[in-house]
Amino acid sequence: MTKITSLTELKKLRDSLKEKMESYSLLDHPDSIIQVKVAMATCGQASGARPVFDYFKEELEKRNIPAMVTQTGCMSYCYAEPTIEVTIPGKNPVVFGFVNTRKADEIIERYIRKGELPDGVIPVNYETVISQ
Amino acid sequence: MKQKQLRIALRNCGVIDPERIEDYIAKDGYLALGKVLTELTPEATIEIIKKSGLRGRGGGGFPTGLKWEITRKVHGDQKYVVCNADEGDPGAFMDRSVLEGDPHSVLEAMAINGYCTGASKGLVYIRAEYPLAIERLKIAMKQAREYGFLGDQILGTGFCFDIEIRYGAGAFVCGEETALIHSMEGLRGEPTVKPPFPSESGYLGKPSNVNNVETYANIPVIINKGADWFASIGSAKSKGTKVFALAGKINNVGLVEVPMGTTLREVIYEIGGGIRDGKAFKAAQTGGPSGGCLTVKHLDIPIDYDNLIAAGSMMGSGGMIVMDEDDCMVAIAKFYLEFTVEESCGKCSPCRIGNKRLFEILEKITQGNGILEDLDKLKNLGKVIIDTSLCGLGQSSPNPVLSTLDNFYDEYIDHVTYKKCKSKVCKSLMTYIIDEEKCIGCTLCARNCPVNAISGERKQAHYIDPEKCIKCGACMEKCKFNAIFIN
Amino acid sequence: MELIKLTIDGKPVEAEKDTTILKAAKTVGIDIPTLCYFQLKDMNIENRPGGCRICVVEVKGRRNLAPACTTLVSGGMEVNTHSIRVLNARRTVLELILSDHPAECLTCAKSGSCELQSMAQQLGVREIPYQGEQSTYRKDTSPAIIRDVDKCIMCRRCEMMCNEVQTVGALSAVNRGFMAVVAPAFEMNLEKSTCTYCGQCVSVCPTGALTEVDHTRNVINALADPAKTVVVQTAPAVRAALGEEFGLEPGTLVTGKMVAALRRLGFDYVFDTDFAADLTIMEEGTELLDRLTRYLEGDPSVQLPILTSCCPGWVNFFEHHFPELRDIPSTAKSPQQMFGPIAKEYFAKKLGIDRKNMIVVSIMPCLAKKYECQRDEFKVSGDPDVNYSISTRELAAFIKLANIDFDAMPEEEFDKPMGESTGASVIFGTTGGVIEAACRTAYELYTHKKLAKVDFNELRGFESIRHATIDFNGLLLNIGIAHGLGNARKLLEDIKEGKSQFHAIEIMACPGGCIGGGGQPYHHGDSAILKKRASALYREDAGKPIRKSHENPFIISLYKEFLGAPGSDRSHHLLHTKYFDRSASVFVEE
Ligand SMILES: Cc1cc2nc3c(=O)[nH]c(=O)nc-3n(C[C@H](O)[C@H](O)[C@H](O)COP(=O)(O)O)c2cc1C
Ligand code: SF4
Ligand code: SF4
Ligand code: SF4
Ligand code: SF4
Repeated sequence: MTKITSLTELKKLRDSLKEKMESYSLLDHPDSIIQVKVAMATCGQASGARPVFDYFKEELEKRNIPAMVTQTGCMSYCYAEPTIEVTIPGKNPVVFGFVNTRKADEIIERYIRKGELPDGVIPVNYETVISQ
Repeated sequence: MKQKQLRIALRNCGVIDPERIEDYIAKDGYLALGKVLTELTPEATIEIIKKSGLRGRGGGGFPTGLKWEITRKVHGDQKYVVCNADEGDPGAFMDRSVLEGDPHSVLEAMAINGYCTGASKGLVYIRAEYPLAIERLKIAMKQAREYGFLGDQILGTGFCFDIEIRYGAGAFVCGEETALIHSMEGLRGEPTVKPPFPSESGYLGKPSNVNNVETYANIPVIINKGADWFASIGSAKSKGTKVFALAGKINNVGLVEVPMGTTLREVIYEIGGGIRDGKAFKAAQTGGPSGGCLTVKHLDIPIDYDNLIAAGSMMGSGGMIVMDEDDCMVAIAKFYLEFTVEESCGKCSPCRIGNKRLFEILEKITQGNGILEDLDKLKNLGKVIIDTSLCGLGQSSPNPVLSTLDNFYDEYIDHVTYKKCKSKVCKSLMTYIIDEEKCIGCTLCARNCPVNAISGERKQAHYIDPEKCIKCGACMEKCKFNAIFIN
Repeated sequence: MELIKLTIDGKPVEAEKDTTILKAAKTVGIDIPTLCYFQLKDMNIENRPGGCRICVVEVKGRRNLAPACTTLVSGGMEVNTHSIRVLNARRTVLELILSDHPAECLTCAKSGSCELQSMAQQLGVREIPYQGEQSTYRKDTSPAIIRDVDKCIMCRRCEMMCNEVQTVGALSAVNRGFMAVVAPAFEMNLEKSTCTYCGQCVSVCPTGALTEVDHTRNVINALADPAKTVVVQTAPAVRAALGEEFGLEPGTLVTGKMVAALRRLGFDYVFDTDFAADLTIMEEGTELLDRLTRYLEGDPSVQLPILTSCCPGWVNFFEHHFPELRDIPSTAKSPQQMFGPIAKEYFAKKLGIDRKNMIVVSIMPCLAKKYECQRDEFKVSGDPDVNYSISTRELAAFIKLANIDFDAMPEEEFDKPMGESTGASVIFGTTGGVIEAACRTAYELYTHKKLAKVDFNELRGFESIRHATIDFNGLLLNIGIAHGLGNARKLLEDIKEGKSQFHAIEIMACPGGCIGGGGQPYHHGDSAILKKRASALYREDAGKPIRKSHENPFIISLYKEFLGAPGSDRSHHLLHTKYFDRSASVFVEE
């Protein structure tokens, strides 16, 4: 890793990373890949997020669905852990609660493959500040 | 519709991968640090924080910019930046969530603080029971060093700053800043009289700026978006947002981040989804075990530091426990007191002995042995403990008792004078009774009573001997005819 | 210095910056009651944890009450020390403390000198409204000190004494909340800890939580046994303090009355430890000169400085904390333990009685002596050279028990021969005295000249570490003095690092020396009392006809008749000891 030695350098890095990130996640990039984020804070892990994370990783590959599975922090729907967020290119992200491996299978088969909305969707109820 | 929640401190939680610094950078991470180091003087940076109106999220609500300024002005060859991640408040976990979901925001803010106060060393005091947060912090620190955001010559400037982790053993009082410092020094984790404040004489006697995790998490955004933007959010004297850990009898338990000044009603009904099972709201305890309860009459006051104190409670670190009609407020007060009795460090007499006595009186009342005079004792003792205790723990521990006495005096009277617990929580005050009309004499209850308190012939109405009954409720559970009820 | 103006109870007060409300109030005659607060002025000893909360006062504009002992004055401050709010809070806090305190005043060793008791009187507590569970802890008895922690009010004075002043670190707060107590590490018994039995914790404890092990009953039994000849010795510092227990002015010398009272109590021979102190000077002084001469001759096996060894608290300290330096202190026994063998091996034989039938009792300002006399190396086939050591306080209680009107006692003389002593031995009881006595003798023995001036004023005083250079006829002797083990530690660290410039060092475990010993009447933080005791000893010294140990006629005849010369084989056998490495024994479980 090379150290960043100026603000300009940092901004450049930020821009390229942002582009890379957006290229596979945002609405206006329908050709990018599917993204699954699993909330893996202590609360999530305590309710079984780890097997769900592994399941998505293995099953999506097995079922030949090009996707990116990542971990993230607490989405703060603690009453509904484990929670995951699925982003299909061109669509708004959807958060599912109470996800176990059975539910995960249903999400893969029904939402990711067919675009149908199974039960357990949690409506987003907050705004997030964008840094700049 | 405009959402009730606004995520500033939690902006990256649940969004980025906390183990990838690249995610954080893509979200403008370390930009604030870069900006401060290359474009702003420490004084100008402190001015931004002061103007933003940010106040400490760890409980006290002390103006953050002012604290930084004091630490900056105190002379010292070595200064320290301390992050208070002790989070001992039971039920609170916002600091843990920030560290697990967005550790870099805290590291970045600490470095900014170091630049402003003249410190080259940071210390994160975190409870050892947070293994995942510790893990992620360590990863984040390593990555930040690799990118040159920590260490020597940060971002090509002359500024050097690095961070170490210190582990807490989990005592609640170690979250109090002077106790925290003593604990880091390897001494007994007990508070000392302030002043001197840590900003003047802290870790190893050096000026030390102690801030809470959530306080730090707000800093980079304030730098990036400006003081005016931040000051436009919130109420007159409390700016920005506050994260609450919603718990108790509420539908959507979890973390919520709302602008200061949001009402309790909005938090409970619009964000929290209302009370579970459609029951009636009775009270919300804020400020953790040493906060007070807010009641129906407080539903529409805007929540901020000053209003909560005026209502006999406090902001604390942001725990919010919702109670419904089934909760007995005397039992609740006793429950919190039990916690503070356990967690008192024992240094000063009012807290060490006084809280124990408060607890004993409450226990006596819930057991049906209270007398009216006890209520006066609770009041006097509570006031004296607040008035005379050494640290914030004792200065606030009687709050649950005093605020329930204020708001639910009739419940205390029920317990003391009529020996009744309307919420049917205090076992000693309950009598199990068999309704002669409904009882068909099946004998099932008598066979299940562990102490043979139930008598009666087959096919005749049964009777529970109140002297023998231990109030376990086994009979009531078994009866198929709903013939047993509690009085 | 800029003065800060404030008002206390309406009175205008001016105080220097960094003054506490407590001290500022004192300057205008307002005494705010305190309990945990403790101070020994001029000795740099202060305990102010701000824990008891008895001293709370109202400060205008402040949300809660302020502890006067730790709150600093500020400009324009308006303090009220007796508003109803303050009085109610203060009394409630005291009631709380009392609610967790066993009401055993009738039988408590501290009754009458207990600061909690007098506080309850002062605040007029007549009942304790907040009754409840009391915290309890196991009782811990060591050879010298009893810990009855149920009576502990967590003032932390003992902890401050043991850690900050003595740097022994045997006591610290453990456990939390209602169960918090002050205890040795890992809550082991004091006997297993690094405790030196200096007794300084006992001397500051406001309650009966820390007291000495009382041996008065054993002494009474011995006195009642017609088969025993009971010999008593009294240490120098006792005569300067005993009177306080009978209402006499601190600093009153009660030597003669004390001797009379001891006779009335039935002791067969009333002797003086001072005589043994003279003997100590002979042995220690000779050892010093011997080492010095060899050192000057370039003998590489000789170590300097030489350290005094007459304080058993100090001996315990270096055995625990600096065992690697245990070859440096003089091997001379303490006066108490020199007295023992002379009594039992010399005097008993003269009387024609078996040593087993002689009981030697010592009256000491000291608690470490209780432990010292029980050490195995000071026994002959199980029979201790000194059977019982009781403190000044115990003797006072014994005199009261015997219904003796102390103040009415005539002035009587010690018995002969072991009651003969010099002025040099009297000043053993105060810091600097031992080394001054040693200098008087060593000077004359080394230079073969008469001292022109017997007083070495440069060695006197109360500063924690002192040093002086004494001219021994051209040989400049560097002398160091430390009292209090924390100060001793500093000198020892220097020795360890090879930085010490001293030829000889006197060390006393207790601040002020034995006049401030753990067995003395309680001074309750009044350092003036200690100074008065010290000057009493210097007074007695000045008034003595003989003021140098080597001129004590009985010492001269004892060497002639029995011991031979200082440092002879017999002297070595009876008057010298060896030291042990006790650093490892500290954490061994029972
Ligand atoms: C008993 C007690 C417990 C506390 N626990 C915490 C804690 O767990 N986390 C925290 O940040 N502050 C805690 N505080 C507050 C701290 O003392 C201190 O005010 C805070 O860390 C300062 O940071 P801030 O100004 O950013 O809020 C506690 C205070 C008291 C009296
Ligand atoms: S108030 Fe309680 S926690 Fe705080 S110092 Fe006193 S005893 Fe310790
Ligand atoms: S006797 Fe001395 S060493 Fe022992 S605990 Fe007390 S103060 Fe410490
Ligand atoms: S033992 Fe005595 S001196 Fe030590 S804390 Fe307890 S009351 Fe104070
Ligand atoms: S200074 Fe005196 S009283 Fe104190 S321990 Fe030593 S000999 Fe005993």
